[in-house]
Amino acid sequence: MEPLKTTSGSGSPITEADLHAYVDGQLTPIRHAEVEQYLAARPDESQRVQAWQRQTEVLRGLLGPVLDEPLPLRLPLRPTATTWPWRAVAAGLVIAMVSASAAWFARGALDERAVARVGNPARTGVELTGFARRAAVAHLVYTPDGRRPVEVGADQEQQLVTWLSRRLGTAVKAPALGGIGYALIGGRLLPGDSGPVAQFMYHDGSGQRLTLYVTREAPKVGGQAQTAFQFGHDGPVNVFYWVDRNFGYAISSNAERPELMRVAQEVYRQLAPPEAPR
Amino acid sequence: MRAPHEAEIVACIPSLRRYARGLTPDRERADDLVQDTLERAWGRFSMWQKRGAVRAWMFGIMHNLFVDRLRAQRSTPEDSAGDDLPEAAQRATQSDRLEVVDLDRALQRLPPEQREVLLLVAVEELTYREVATAIGVPIGTVMSRLSRARERLRAELEGGALPARMQRVK
Repeated sequence: MEPLKTTSGSGSPITEADLHAYVDGQLTPIRHAEVEQYLAARPDESQRVQAWQRQTEVLRGLLGPVLDEPLPLRLPLRPTATTWPWRAVAAGLVIAMVSASAAWFARGALDERAVARVGNPARTGVELTGFARRAAVAHLVYTPDGRRPVEVGADQEQQLVTWLSRRLGTAVKAPALGGIGYALIGGRLLPGDSGPVAQFMYHDGSGQRLTLYVTREAPKVGGQAQTAFQFGHDGPVNVFYWVDRNFGYAISSNAERPELMRVAQEVYRQLAPPEAPR
Repeated sequence: MRAPHEAEIVACIPSLRRYARGLTPDRERADDLVQDTLERAWGRFSMWQKRGAVRAWMFGIMHNLFVDRLRAQRSTPEDSAGDDLPEAAQRATQSDRLEVVDLDRALQRLPPEQREVLLLVAVEELTYREVATAIGVPIGTVMSRLSRARERLRAELEGGALPARMQRVK
């Protein structure tokens, strides 16, 4: 135990600070014994110390039950969307061209104005690999399909979500994108690299289609279970993708990057952690 | 998977709530304080570099927010409710239950800076040094606030006058 500046070493006179430290268990064993001896001979001081001990006991009894209360929903149990991800987007857009693994470490390095700045120039996204490439291919394969773009339609959204959740072995949901102009068409199960992945399809008012690809096969990038947002393209398909809590997400569309980013922003905001909060 | 600090922050939440409830008996306001503390902690924890235990650091954040709030409340003095409460009815026949009620009331009547120190030491079991770091005062100030808080509670609960001794604080 680090000695208190306000208490003295062994053998020196007992101070009031010693008496408090005695009550609070912050004395060395030797000093503790000295205080005990001191109190034994002084009923007044002893009574005072006992009153403090009783206060402590009652205070703990009074406030202790709070520890067992369930945590209110509004308490953020992980870094919240308002604190970092849009800085991560900004950093990610710049760094993705250099190194995907470095992107994570650069988050926070740029402010949100940088998003607008890098959003304008001609597209410079990386060539896609891994799940982002599979997402782009799935987008290309299924979105042109006029008659059967999805396996289960939006009219059976609940069954769709239940089914996909069961097959992926974790709760997945289709983000509601009506607020930003996209209606759910439906979804399907797809083979990923080594297991099932989910694809949700949406369309906007003009019929333009967009897909959200959700996989648990996302590799850790640079040992991180999260990455910044990254942008890439495969032919005409633009893809925004990121890894969060070991889930890979990819949003594919023929739309331009600012539009995709708007969607990614909304999807990120809505996707609660896939595991139940503690 | 959570980063180690992330898990530590989450593990602090129950005691942050307990502390906040001691500072502010109104449940909603106490959780407002916890929520703001967490938001600030999440926003900063990546920059935070092992300056001490996570727990003490979180209590430090809450302290800053609490002080900000007290300043803001000066213009809206509704929170001085503790002063207007009637004296406990039957101090002479104190049961345990009454003692708890009295202590709760007496706690809320303490000046906020004394209440903070008492709760951090007695309930949250921080060391004096951790408290000094968390609230940004010298350790001697921690001791004098603690002493005043304890003597004041004792005087209120025993219905006696403040002993002259409490003035003499190191």
